Amino acid sequence: MLDVPTWEGHLAGQHVDVRLTAEDGYQAQRSYSIASAPQDRSVTLTVDRLDDGEVSPYLVDVLQPGDALELRGPIGRYFVWEESLGGPLALIAGGSGVVPFRSMLRHHAAIGSAVPVRLLYSARSLPEVIFHEELVRLGAREAVDVRVALSRAWPDDWNGHRGRIDREYLREAAWPASSGPLVYVCGPTSFVEAVADALIDLGHDTDRIRTERFGATGSGLPAPSASQGGT
Amino acid sequence: MEALDGNAIAGQLMEVFGGEMTTVTGRCAGCRRTWQMAELEVHTHAPGTVGRCRDCGVVLMVLVTARGVTCVHLPGLVDLGMPTAP
Repeated sequence: MLDVPTWEGHLAGQHVDVRLTAEDGYQAQRSYSIASAPQDRSVTLTVDRLDDGEVSPYLVDVLQPGDALELRGPIGRYFVWEESLGGPLALIAGGSGVVPFRSMLRHHAAIGSAVPVRLLYSARSLPEVIFHEELVRLGAREAVDVRVALSRAWPDDWNGHRGRIDREYLREAAWPASSGPLVYVCGPTSFVEAVADALIDLGHDTDRIRTERFGATGSGLPAPSASQGGT
Repeated sequence: MEALDGNAIAGQLMEVFGGEMTTVTGRCAGCRRTWQMAELEVHTHAPGTVGRCRDCGVVLMVLVTARGVTCVHLPGLVDLGMPTAP
């Protein structure tokens, strides 16, 4: 959670750039989606720690409450949902691609929106599901349907989808193309490409599909930890 | 290294163009298709940042930063719109 005194608010789905500067002047910068809703009191980032990363191990392991961070943002108007855009809304996440959707779902709840939303969230295994309890809670609202798919390992009593989010699962679980849904897809590049291709194949309108890709996640770690500090 | 999209360079584009660019449209000089900048195929591990047409692969945009100066080359981009307020 970040305390940013000059923050002028953001839209659900936007991100920030975080820049780290070493003592010798070397700089590294990465983008992180904002996990909090515009209505939340502080800005929350969720950082997936990559073992071979330059920035995420510092944010997860080293940064302490009270430390300062250099931020730029909020950034990006493309991968944003506001109620005026309507729905029905399909949010399709791979791994930490769920982070901007947490912001959108919290925003949807905060404004009491009745726009029907369905979140399809693919994780490798249950321990890797980020925000699980909160997503279940958000999914209990009437307009919201949250479905978690586990692609590699699942508990014996798992009654969600087992396997990848593929064409057949999208046909069954996403809104039908005929209902003209607005679809957001976020995750690693290969996930986004596969889902977008399958959606187009199922007849979805390309103009109603918005995608956001991030680089492959090398880590199999159970993910996230909020970074702290302020600018 | 896998390609990303224009969302990944939204901050850099904002710095260069002075406003929000991900929803700004431009047309590919190769295939004439119109894209929002967020939709470009973006390579950030080339020397510099390269944005390509997702359909025909033509290089639309190259950004190279050296000694604090960013050089912007738009070899394949036509009808690029104006940035909007950040």
